[in-house]
Amino acid sequence: MSTAPTEAAEFKLPDVGEGLTEADIASWKVAVGDTVTVNQVLVEIETAKALVELPSPQAGVIEALLAEAGQTVQVGTPIVRFAGEGANDDAAPPQEDGTSAETPAQEQQGEEKTGNTLVGYGASAERRRARRRRGREPQPPRQTPSEPDSSPGPAGRADHDRPGAETGARSGPALASPPVRKLAKDLGIDLREVPPTGLRGNVTRQDLLDYHQRRQPAQQVPATAQPTSSAQTSQTKEETRIPVAGVRKATAAAMVSSAFTAPHVTVFLDVDVTESLEFLAELKQEPVLAHVKITPMLLLARAVCWAVGRNPMVNGRFTEEQIILSPEVNLGIAAATERGLIVPNIKSAQQMSLVQLAEALAALTERAREGKTTPAEMKDGTLTITNVGVFGVDSGTPILNPGESAIVAFGRIRRIPWEHQDQIALRQVTTLAVSADHRILDGKEMALFLSDIGRALADPKVMLL
Amino acid sequence: MAQITATEVEMVQALDAEGNRTPCPEYDDALSTLGAADLRRMYQDMVLLRRFDTQATALQRQGELGLWPPSLGQEAAQIGLGQALRPQDFVFGSYREHGVAFSRGLQPADLLGVFRGTSHGGWDPQKHRFHTYAIVIGTQTLHATGYAMGMNLQGRVGNQDPERDVATVTCFGDGATSQGDVSEALTFAGAYHAPVLFYCQNNQWAISEPVHTQTSADLYRRGEGFGIPGIRVDGNDVLACWAVAQTALEKVRSGAGPLFIEAYTYRRGPHTTADDPTKYRSGAEVEAWERRDPILRMQRYLSREGIIDDAAETELEERAEQFAAEVREACKAMPDPAPADMFSHAYREPHLLVQEEQENYLAYLASLDEEDEQ
Repeated sequence: MSTAPTEAAEFKLPDVGEGLTEADIASWKVAVGDTVTVNQVLVEIETAKALVELPSPQAGVIEALLAEAGQTVQVGTPIVRFAGEGANDDAAPPQEDGTSAETPAQEQQGEEKTGNTLVGYGASAERRRARRRRGREPQPPRQTPSEPDSSPGPAGRADHDRPGAETGARSGPALASPPVRKLAKDLGIDLREVPPTGLRGNVTRQDLLDYHQRRQPAQQVPATAQPTSSAQTSQTKEETRIPVAGVRKATAAAMVSSAFTAPHVTVFLDVDVTESLEFLAELKQEPVLAHVKITPMLLLARAVCWAVGRNPMVNGRFTEEQIILSPEVNLGIAAATERGLIVPNIKSAQQMSLVQLAEALAALTERAREGKTTPAEMKDGTLTITNVGVFGVDSGTPILNPGESAIVAFGRIRRIPWEHQDQIALRQVTTLAVSADHRILDGKEMALFLSDIGRALADPKVMLL
Repeated sequence: MAQITATEVEMVQALDAEGNRTPCPEYDDALSTLGAADLRRMYQDMVLLRRFDTQATALQRQGELGLWPPSLGQEAAQIGLGQALRPQDFVFGSYREHGVAFSRGLQPADLLGVFRGTSHGGWDPQKHRFHTYAIVIGTQTLHATGYAMGMNLQGRVGNQDPERDVATVTCFGDGATSQGDVSEALTFAGAYHAPVLFYCQNNQWAISEPVHTQTSADLYRRGEGFGIPGIRVDGNDVLACWAVAQTALEKVRSGAGPLFIEAYTYRRGPHTTADDPTKYRSGAEVEAWERRDPILRMQRYLSREGIIDDAAETELEERAEQFAAEVREACKAMPDPAPADMFSHAYREPHLLVQEEQENYLAYLASLDEEDEQ
């Protein structure tokens, strides 16, 4: 096993969780030029299992960070390069998309250098190379004229310069994991046409996505396009590409599932909340409430619980055979966090006193902000409030949290001219919206639910009734 | 989540969380035999164990180990037991007994091999009187019971000879008590009066299952129905763990039959580096147990007694850092085993089938190299 003097100058993404193949870079804790000590945290990564901090394997100066925050990186890919005597001058420069573009010759070289420390317990360099050769059969070159980038020229990206990288469709099946095969099928791509960079000559998810992105403009270029089009594209500004991963991915899946399962209907109501705001100001003076935040959101949470009591169907969930009504109001609160949108819920919110509800809201918000929300807190929600007003908008048509029947959007409270006691006065007014699942609720039930919330917000005393 | 405080759980304690020496009537005599050097050693061993453990966790995060089960928080339970053992005793542990392993003379590289994938075991169990780590949950309790029954048959128990009588110890966690193996081991140990000490480190979590979802009874009473008396000790109190283990081991060696100890402690890290405890338990719970840190309370006690001072602390810190550096080097220097090695430990004597399999495998590897050279 060879150990070149440049070994360990790069830190490769390890498998931190027994058989993981990739991880997202959550955030960098160091920057280029920083001097780090052994075991100093370099980066936080998010795997399918956990957020994990990676400590530095060596002391030294950071020469380059080889991946960007948000990027999904394959296990075994270098993510940090250290400067100093261990500096590896041969290392390929990072690409725009952060992956290293190695020529086949460099790939083999790199493999020999690090064959015994891929992820600490990998196969030897010789062994892997042997397998890789078997994985990569000789490729007959095949022209794909629809690929504008395949023409030689300075405009092509580095990996396009690789002879035959783009143009060879291999005979026989391509190597790829089942999820990648599925994705290829969904995208309508023949895997054999995708240049593989995986360790075993396999097509990785990134290979497939790169290929897909390159193919997109090609399909839109009219057949009569002149070869100069590639020179033109090189002058246009780079698109920003944000990988869909982590919370974004989960949100996307949940929204698609909800939007295309439950037929949504949204109803709106403007409410004069001037008196309620005065009432809240009075409540703040109560010693028993001194330690909690008294906010319009708290009042709305209380009002929603009260309105659910009068309109129990909104707390139901639809299954094909039956509608299941929960005895508990597990009140979801949509929270915008650094990591994205999450919806933890307050269990049995309908039983809580105002103090308890305020405490639960504060605790939930704080945990969400700190990224400490547990899956249990996000499970079993029955109804959700989304406070879009904090972002300065009047209202919206929210999409249901999957499995729930109603979601309440709380718009901003603004001072506007409003009819008050037969006069036009400046009043504090908000817009409430309720989106609901029309399989369970008809317009009447939705309207009654929303108007109950509106009554309670306009005059909290009605909740005593 | 229910918070458990020291006062709510009845258990043997000699040092409270603030490091005050509390009365411990049954064990004060035993504790009075400990000199300053013994106490210092317990403290130092806990500090070194923790430094080893955090370094091993970092090595996993650096891709040098495939997996690591941290012992963070369980130092007192392990070092207390380890120092109470005699050379002739035999220990069958789980995969998290790093502190007990060190007390049996094992080196960091011995323990890391399995987790680096360079070894199937790591050491000679007979030489260290410490069996290789049991990965299968609870299985080691059966091994220990069988071994102890053998000691009975060989007359290695109850000779009133502390230099020769053997106690067999099995270490396992609260999660293991839900395994059939442990009940079977208790059955045989009770029925055969086997000289085995069941040492259960109740670290409160079986991966993501809290102990109260596994049993509604106290774990230290688990042996009663099998005829095995039990006792609960504060597993974050190294003095109490040592005293209770030392007393129990003497009884077991003397032929009193099996005993059960529940060391009540807490796993502060993940189950292994492959799980994320923040997904199943609260930060407040972890913080509550940090305040009951086993090392901190011993440090407070020893400082107050004048057994350690700032100079000794600095020296120990340097020693721990040096130790961590050695651990890193030892880990990375471990040679990859030759492919043929995996066949050589299957049978003690030559075995025709295994030999054939070895030849086939080596021929296959050679064919890959040839292909590569083409």
